[in-house]
Amino acid sequence: MNQTIEIIGAIVTLIGSLFLFLGALGLIRMPDVYNRIQAGTKATTLGTMLSLLGIGLIHLDWYGKIIVLIIFVLVSNPISSHVLAGAAHYIGIPLTRRTVIDKLSDKPMIRVQKENSNSETVLTDEKTGK
Amino acid sequence: MVNLILYIALGFVGLALILTIIRFIIGRTNIDRVIALDVMTVSSIALIGMIAHLTNRVIYMDIALVYGLLSFIAVLIIARYYEKGL
Amino acid sequence: MRIKNTIVGFFLLLATWFLLNGKYDIVTLGIGILISLFISLIFCNKCEIFSEMNFSPKAILYFIVYVFVFLTELVKSNFDVARRVLTPSLPINPGIVEVETKLKSKLGRMILANSITLTPGTLTVKIENDKLFIHWINVVNTDIENATKDIAAKFEKYLKVIYG
Repeated sequence: MNQTIEIIGAIVTLIGSLFLFLGALGLIRMPDVYNRIQAGTKATTLGTMLSLLGIGLIHLDWYGKIIVLIIFVLVSNPISSHVLAGAAHYIGIPLTRRTVIDKLSDKPMIRVQKENSNSETVLTDEKTGK
Repeated sequence: MVNLILYIALGFVGLALILTIIRFIIGRTNIDRVIALDVMTVSSIALIGMIAHLTNRVIYMDIALVYGLLSFIAVLIIARYYEKGL
Repeated sequence: MRIKNTIVGFFLLLATWFLLNGKYDIVTLGIGILISLFISLIFCNKCEIFSEMNFSPKAILYFIVYVFVFLTELVKSNFDVARRVLTPSLPINPGIVEVETKLKSKLGRMILANSITLTPGTLTVKIENDKLFIHWINVVNTDIENATKDIAAKFEKYLKVIYG
């Protein structure tokens, strides 16, 4: 019985590490900053949660620290990605050419910021577009 | 059996860390590098958890918690620097 | 409302202390109560975020349902990311859309923004009062009403009961 729970825990950890790998692959493949943040955040949140849950199933007496870590990752990871996306849009990092609509850049504050660094945004957009 | 599966999982996390380091180097913008650093840290938390099982020491969980806290605060401060200055 | 802030902060700190310590003898209990009381009396007066919590039985029931809804959305979003990353042609159709929320409290808005970030294909870029700007990896509707119905409505109906 004990052996079975340990093997289930190991398999849960393996699934979590697979999600971590997919998140890192998304970080390489996605075309612009915002899509990279999306792939990175979601996959790493569930990947880390499942990995730690698997370790917790193997060592049932470590539950306290594992619960604190899982709640911490679940709360802190979306906040840091949200803050980074806001900063990226504020300093005018361009979206990819496949973008359909951008309602946020109609705000005057952002537009001023974009005009200041106009040449640079065009240059990076040339590199980003495939 | 358990340790064998854990070593395979360790390999996947290692591959993920290599991919994030590639993104950290080619970057294009600094925000890309910060995201790579964030993903690297969160993957490292899972990695430290697996090492805690393999060496059978619970103290590594505390290290993972403090590492995550420091990285979270670092990301917040970098983003605030880009939006408002220090 | 200052007293409620302090009480909620005290029990939160005490629970974290016991989870990190992992043992339940009298010395640990004494030190934990002392430290938690000290910190919550000094720092938790201005934590207005705690006084927005609602501990009625209906709110707790809705919170449990909300956690299950949220976890299924998290798993769905991960399979969505995996499918998009592993397809060679990279099927994305991204854009930033605007969403309106009816929630009034700060804590409710924060939890709504966090939930939106972890659901399939959406990322909160900016919050301005009751407007949320969402980066959507596969834009279906561009006007406010339909985007709100697609993205935020499934969490809002629970969070409205829990946090108001």
